[in-house]
Amino acid sequence: MPTTLLADLRGVLGAERVRDGASELSLYRRDAGHMEGAAAAVCFPLTTNEVVHCVRTAVAHGVPFVARGSGTGLAGGAVPPDGAIIVSITKMDTVLSVDPIASRAWVEPGVLNLDLSRHVAAHGLHFAPDPSSQQACTIGGNVANNSGGPHCLSEGVTSSHIVAIEVVLPDGSVAVLGGEDPEPAGYDLRGAFVGSEGMCGIATAICVRLTRDPPVVRTMLLDFDTIEDGASTVSDIIAAGIVPAALEMMDHLCLVVVEAYIHAGLPENSAAALLVEVVGQTNGVDADTTSIIEIANRHDVNEVRIAADEVERALLWKGRKSAFGAIARIKPDYYLHDTVVPRHQLPAMLAQVYEIAARHGLDVLNVFHAGDGNLHPLLLFDAREPGVLDRVHAAGDEIVTASVAAGGVLSGEHGIGLEKRDLMPLMFSAVDLSAQAALRDAFDPVGLANPGKVLPSPARCADLQSVPAGVWI
Amino acid sequence: MDLNAFAESVGATDPVTIAGTGSRGGAVPGIRRVDAPSGIEWLRADEMTVGCGAGTLVAELDQALVEHGQCVAIPPTGTIGGALAVGRSGMRRLGYGPVRDTLLQARYVSAAGDIVKAGGPTVKNVSGFDLCRLLVGSYGTLGFVGDVILRTRPRSRFEQWFATNADPFETFTRLYRPTSVLWDGTTTWVLLEGDPRDVDRAAAALHLNPVAGPPELPTGGRWSVPPSAVASLTGTFVAEVGVGVVHHAEPAPTREVGPAVRDLNGRIKHNFDPTGRLNPGVDVLDAR
Repeated sequence: MPTTLLADLRGVLGAERVRDGASELSLYRRDAGHMEGAAAAVCFPLTTNEVVHCVRTAVAHGVPFVARGSGTGLAGGAVPPDGAIIVSITKMDTVLSVDPIASRAWVEPGVLNLDLSRHVAAHGLHFAPDPSSQQACTIGGNVANNSGGPHCLSEGVTSSHIVAIEVVLPDGSVAVLGGEDPEPAGYDLRGAFVGSEGMCGIATAICVRLTRDPPVVRTMLLDFDTIEDGASTVSDIIAAGIVPAALEMMDHLCLVVVEAYIHAGLPENSAAALLVEVVGQTNGVDADTTSIIEIANRHDVNEVRIAADEVERALLWKGRKSAFGAIARIKPDYYLHDTVVPRHQLPAMLAQVYEIAARHGLDVLNVFHAGDGNLHPLLLFDAREPGVLDRVHAAGDEIVTASVAAGGVLSGEHGIGLEKRDLMPLMFSAVDLSAQAALRDAFDPVGLANPGKVLPSPARCADLQSVPAGVWI
Repeated sequence: MDLNAFAESVGATDPVTIAGTGSRGGAVPGIRRVDAPSGIEWLRADEMTVGCGAGTLVAELDQALVEHGQCVAIPPTGTIGGALAVGRSGMRRLGYGPVRDTLLQARYVSAAGDIVKAGGPTVKNVSGFDLCRLLVGSYGTLGFVGDVILRTRPRSRFEQWFATNADPFETFTRLYRPTSVLWDGTTTWVLLEGDPRDVDRAAAALHLNPVAGPPELPTGGRWSVPPSAVASLTGTFVAEVGVGVVHHAEPAPTREVGPAVRDLNGRIKHNFDPTGRLNPGVDVLDAR
């Protein structure tokens, strides 16, 4: 790379915070997904002005720049185009202010999701989006990907919890998008920025809406002999006008591997279990619990296990959240998918997932946000097995295609990134995509902010991201 | 009228305007006007989603949802398309969230006369750029919405307005998720929803008195202020505590818009409507 680029970056950030050693760069080749790229340098700005400097330097040298949080994304959104500058926001990790009455906080983008909730816990508040990676992922990354999580069923995904964003735009100017007031003037730039996967600039401060902790939380586990019974229970709960705080499903294989891993007394002989959490005030929670059990009984529920205390509640949630770790007992590698179907399509879609995986000779485990139809099939494999990635690739492609065909969408919470960029035409016409490109172009006419993600381009060529052979896209 | 006929009526060349019933401002005068398709296309209570033409009356949709015990978080009056185009929330925003969160998918006719789909049909979706958020509050300056898929929500089993002379901010923070808290500088009104026993208990704990409904709202201006600025308001007003919408007797003060935000608004308009043919003359930065 040209030494002047490095020198220019270091002129403001210093050598310590502009790294280009081979071993360090290798840590930034990928996110938590399966694709790779090669950055030229990694910068660690501490202030908005330093981010401005990184962006302006990149633009002056005609080099792409990629904002990066903790790198827990799964869709390749933080994978650098070759020669790009990575702007790591992990050292901008201060909670700037908390207003407990307005239920707002200004945070720097590198604040970790769970740290924010811990920081405001004394006020009886929390940040509602709770991705499975919440111990590690940053609020900046949540904004970039419009992240979800189990408790987004009733609360909505990240966009519903962001009121204002200070952004370094791709030309190096600084703007506050949205505002602390409810109806800022002009287009909803805040809404357009959330979920734009680093292609519209870099967030340097974020005003989040905090959610009041509920006075009563009831968590229960319901298990069924068939997937259909579990899925029908989900649909009937929603149709009854009950939107639980969380409504998660684990299938048979998931129950087996997790039970062997954490010994929580999970119903490992059942075809499916629902983890349901209802929150609110005493009588409302009691009424919802009664209705949910009645609905489950109509669908031949085996056992209704209501967490007796916070310890048991934590254990049930640990069962839900341990699936990814537990899988290592079966296969060393997994490919985690993320699609959404209308809730009433869950039984048919899960049947298709099993059929597709079986046809490709793969084990599949399902643990997912059933309440909003957000599937997370995990395709299990051993990467040392010759040719297996091709089968994983093919099976995943079929699952995504089937989900869209069932009236669903490409992604519920992981985003498009590189992974699903070339699948966008399954859901959007060329005209639809050009409208999205028009929005991106308004933010970044030059196109150096994380180029090559989200939008497929027929004219895409060698100067942009090349996806290594054998990688799932 | 189907979407193709609507697209044909919008055309691709001349200046054109759109309006619903005119309850939120209406059409740009003096140029050709089109109307969006109307009618409920489908309603799935077990998905909590509904598809309808943008010209559908909010009241008609509400009526159809009542029998399923559901509603949409869109303020009454006018059409769905008009409510989305203006993007203003109703008095229950504190509990129900902003209007923008109700829109899952929109099909709109672009300045070039093409039918464009934004978003997707499911309640959860992060596939691509969020054009739905961009459309809400865009006053028909980026495209004319033809039909939409909306997220519904459960209609409350029980609701009751209360009033108190206690401090509005303390009242707000001591209640669990009130649907609305209004304050006129003297009296605080509270709307609570949920199980009637929970509502009664919460009201009793704070010595709230049941009242028939909310106060009359001043109509001089709709102000948008940070929730923390509500405490220092003066004049004749009813403020939405915890939200920052203020129904004031005086017109809203002029808002400052920074140059970067102004430029972005201009570039977006230019990219979506290069010749400025859609609702010409409407400036989203100056919409009241």
